[in-house]
Amino acid sequence: MHLGRVIGRLVASHRYEGLSGVPLQLVQPLDADGEDAGGALVACTVISSGPGDTIHYIDGREAAMACPQTFVPVDATILGVVEEARNDGRLVAGMQRRES
Amino acid sequence: MFLADVVGNVVSPIQCEFLNGRTLLLVKPVTPHETSAGNARIAIDTVGAGEGDRVLVIDEGNSGRQILAAGDVPVKTLIVGVVDHIELHGEHTYNHCEGASQ
Repeated sequence: MHLGRVIGRLVASHRYEGLSGVPLQLVQPLDADGEDAGGALVACTVISSGPGDTIHYIDGREAAMACPQTFVPVDATILGVVEEARNDGRLVAGMQRRES
Repeated sequence: MFLADVVGNVVSPIQCEFLNGRTLLLVKPVTPHETSAGNARIAIDTVGAGEGDRVLVIDEGNSGRQILAAGDVPVKTLIVGVVDHIELHGEHTYNHCEGASQ
């Protein structure tokens, strides 16, 4: 599982039928210092995350297992909103006010 | 499996139901030579590890589900051991009581 930040939402009206109703969001992966790490990706979400939230997400085959239907073409799913993440006692990521 | 250092914890009050009550720790992969081995991950603790510990981590879903005796659940990264010491080419490079010796 990885640390990330939701930076946007994405709508795809035509999609694989097992994925209907599952929100898609843009996620910027973060490193252990809460800094951006690599390029953004699209992830499903199964919680009430939104832009501005620090989150944790799972990638790979297990990402689909969090979805309402578990045999769907998904490789990243947001599993939780992070209230605080500490590295060596330092707060590196936490709850932020939503942009929208 | 890979070696990692526990650098901190993650608190997540809103999350997938299966993760409720489980401890999430921030781990940084390391090589036996004490150098960084990639980006930090969040792992579910199964052994009572804490910050500062060097741990053994699996990052594979099927093994994770077997350890947690769970069915189709979204788990992948788990801490499965706390390292006592590491011997590399006949030399001790890590001792749990002392931390990294070099």
